Amino acid sequence: MTLLTVERIKLFSTRSPWWCMILATVLTVGLTSIFAASTKSKDLADLTPSVTQFAYNFGLVVMMVMATLAVTTEYRFSTIRSTFLAVPARTPALVAKATVVGLLAGIVGEVTAVGSWAVARVIQPDAPLAINTAQEYRNVFGVGLIYMLSAVLAVAVGLIVRQSAGAIVIELVYLLLLENLLPAIPSIGDNIQHWLPFTVGNNFIVAGQPNTGDGPEVITDMPFGPWGSLVYFAVVCVVLFVVACVLAKRRDA
Amino acid sequence: MIEAQGLTKRYGRTVAVNDLSFTVQPGRVTGFLGPNGAGKSTTMRMILGLDNPSAGTVRINGRRYTELRQPLRQVGALLDARWAHPNRSARSHLRWIAVSNRIPVSRVDEVLEIVGLTSVAGKRAGGFSLGMSQRLGIATALLGDPAVLLFDEPVNGLDPEGILWIRQFMQRLATEGRTVFVSSHLLSEMALTAQDLVVIGRGRLIAQTSTRAFIDNASESSVRVRGPEMDRLHGVLAGQGLAVRDVPEGDDGPAALLVANSTTEQIGELVGRVGLVLHELSPQRGSLEQAFIQLTGGDVEYHSGGLGGLGGPGGRSGPGGPGPAKPPAVGAPAQPSAGAFVAPPGQAGAASQGGAAR
Repeated sequence: MTLLTVERIKLFSTRSPWWCMILATVLTVGLTSIFAASTKSKDLADLTPSVTQFAYNFGLVVMMVMATLAVTTEYRFSTIRSTFLAVPARTPALVAKATVVGLLAGIVGEVTAVGSWAVARVIQPDAPLAINTAQEYRNVFGVGLIYMLSAVLAVAVGLIVRQSAGAIVIELVYLLLLENLLPAIPSIGDNIQHWLPFTVGNNFIVAGQPNTGDGPEVITDMPFGPWGSLVYFAVVCVVLFVVACVLAKRRDA
Repeated sequence: MIEAQGLTKRYGRTVAVNDLSFTVQPGRVTGFLGPNGAGKSTTMRMILGLDNPSAGTVRINGRRYTELRQPLRQVGALLDARWAHPNRSARSHLRWIAVSNRIPVSRVDEVLEIVGLTSVAGKRAGGFSLGMSQRLGIATALLGDPAVLLFDEPVNGLDPEGILWIRQFMQRLATEGRTVFVSSHLLSEMALTAQDLVVIGRGRLIAQTSTRAFIDNASESSVRVRGPEMDRLHGVLAGQGLAVRDVPEGDDGPAALLVANSTTEQIGELVGRVGLVLHELSPQRGSLEQAFIQLTGGDVEYHSGGLGGLGGPGGRSGPGGPGPAKPPAVGAPAQPSAGAFVAPPGQAGAASQGGAAR
């Protein structure tokens, strides 16, 4: 509990987390409001709760950057050494950091998701935006869970790479390029795609949704259902974080 | 009390710290002395559990740092003044560290008061001058009111006022019964600050002794002698088996003789017995720097050109003050005493290698 307070103080006593949170919210909600406002009345039936989340990846990337910076700036300014001097066991401090950063990312994820849905509803009150089914709840409220787990993954990458630019580049190249390019490999590409963590994580949000081309991409024939996909994504993030903690404990600070 | 036992740190094939054993007693300021790259910082990091030793152990009050519960209450350290997030205020910086070891947050304002940073407590640490950063670092070390304190090169880059403040501060901490371990490559500074010395070179222990004994044992004293009949004087002294060297007329005054390993009493009596007149008979005390160079000998990371010239054929320590001893052949360094620490241009490569190896 003490260490959670420590990480909270660390996070909020600098300005960049605030900027990242504002940016993530403005990007997603802003893009969704433009989307909703430019939807023609004949296409109104396509504006579902799932479609309002089409921009969630933007906010996700920003929050992953925040999570990475929460670690790498500690290395950059050597405050990680002060942290390890205060907590020589190291792992508790790192778990506390991942918890605080993950929870914050989760909250921001929920705010952006609900905000995007609400702004669409305000702009297009006649669109079918009511949230009733379990699937529609997942479409909107599931976004925060993916934010949370992705932030833990970003903390892990930051701990392994220990350098802001390197860690962020790796994350962005992987998330935005590699996960989109690997499926293009002939014959085995589809099989690979079904096991790529962010694709599977996305499946938790969109599983069972018809692919309209507007909302987040829907891939059929995924190996897991929605909750299985979430568990798979969580396992990937936690395993990477455990590896990062082992490395951080073994390496000289 | 800090006890190191066979402490060793290897980076690949480079041995940064080699089988180092020493003890640091409470109630005294203990200097940790060695040239740049000798392994002082690595040793400090191993004491604090930041680096894992390749072999050996180091214990603080009988326990390894990683075994301490709420370590900041027992050990305070200033390893680098810049270990603060530049966009975080001094108070926030101290606050998170205090909370991490359940130190009352009211202590933050106390230590800020002690180091004189109260007026800038809300300012970003990134805007601090080096002196202010150093004070913030000391405030961090003092947060838990620890009995053991480590400072790594605390006076580096400080102005005279700041140096004086830190020196007095460390002595005050020691008189309060705390263990104070301070590293430095500045021997003159250590002579003024520390009562005990742990001297290392190339990662190995060279001496653990009191500062007083270190200077007395290590610095050879020589005597400068001058008289109207220099040739006879030379003959008499050399005839007694003393190492005598001619010093030509120069900045230090007229031509004279320098007698190594001798005392004014010995020479006065010798000369008096043969009835020679003397115009000068003065002891030339070796500086701490020379004592250090003599002791560390081959253990400094790199040698400057000036060092070999200083030693000369008459003995490695060379005679007395820097002025008369300096042979004209020596080129680069203006002050021979600084030679061991400042590489002349020709050896810049070797110097940077030493830094990289560290």
